[in-house]
Amino acid sequence: MTGEPFAPLTVGVVLAMAVVTYLTKAGGLWLLGRVDLSDRAAAALDALPGAVVVAILAPAVVTAGPPTWLAAGVTVIAARRTGSVLAALLLGVGTTVFFRTAF
Amino acid sequence: MSSDPDPDGGGVDEVRFGPTGVRDGYLRCVPVALGVAGYGVVFGVLAREAGLSVAEATLMSATVLAGAAQLVAVELWADPVPVVAVVGTTLVVNLRYLLMGAALRPWFRHLAPRHAYASVFFTADENWALTMGELRSGSRQGAFLLGSGLAVWSFWVVATVVGATAGSLVGDPARYGLDFALTAVFLVIATELWEGRSTVAPWAVAAAVAVLTEAALPGRWYVPCGALAGALTVVIRRDG
Repeated sequence: MTGEPFAPLTVGVVLAMAVVTYLTKAGGLWLLGRVDLSDRAAAALDALPGAVVVAILAPAVVTAGPPTWLAAGVTVIAARRTGSVLAALLLGVGTTVFFRTAF
Repeated sequence: MSSDPDPDGGGVDEVRFGPTGVRDGYLRCVPVALGVAGYGVVFGVLAREAGLSVAEATLMSATVLAGAAQLVAVELWADPVPVVAVVGTTLVVNLRYLLMGAALRPWFRHLAPRHAYASVFFTADENWALTMGELRSGSRQGAFLLGSGLAVWSFWVVATVVGATAGSLVGDPARYGLDFALTAVFLVIATELWEGRSTVAPWAVAAAVAVLTEAALPGRWYVPCGALAGALTVVIRRDG
């Protein structure tokens, strides 16, 4: 947050994220050889990343105005058509800037 | 999950772990890692915008190595850092790695534990998929995950440095569009996670619960509430 390259709290949070992430990566190999995961638990875990992304997006998009809705539409279409992250981002951000300036 | 070949049926116990597998994995993954690098640049820029230094953003990419979780963390980042929300959401987003690690078991249980547990650090969505394809097609290269993961890791870390450095250089002129950039990244991730009609119900529930929770509760509670509601929808539909 300051001019320092590393803030102690930030480093602590980053390392905690690293530990938690490694536990999930190693945990499947270790734990799931010993415990059987039910199909529905597996389906729920599989659905979580998408649900997190949608939960982040929904309030931001719903409470935004028409420029953001249009830009969101452009971003999704561009992502599906081009398959390129950067192209979709540039088109989406460009659309936002354009509509905010135009209206 | 249950579509793995019979672990004892195809000479899986001959799984090897050596430099050839590392090299093959790395080289085969380079084209995929180039795509990952695109996300890495974006992550670097957005991490810088959120208040992380170049060094901190790079440390995160080098030690966490989980694209979606890192972008979610940056979205939640504030001053002071909401520690519980960031670490807790990281866990929730990454729980799917449990399934991916379990899928590696038929091959990895034949490796020395130090090889297996060092390799899984380098699990990312992209190289895991590549590795599963390789192993299922009969390859006995146990080091393929490590090699392909090193490709993803090296491109991801370098791209983060590039993005964060560029994010330091672009000042206010680019800023007015950048508040949409994080939304746009999640929209792109959502299109990649979209699995057709089965995705409609959990996502609709996640969105509705998130919007209602956001109006009712302070802070970031709408993220775990919406996400858990969406995941529960999947469970309930399977029962119904």
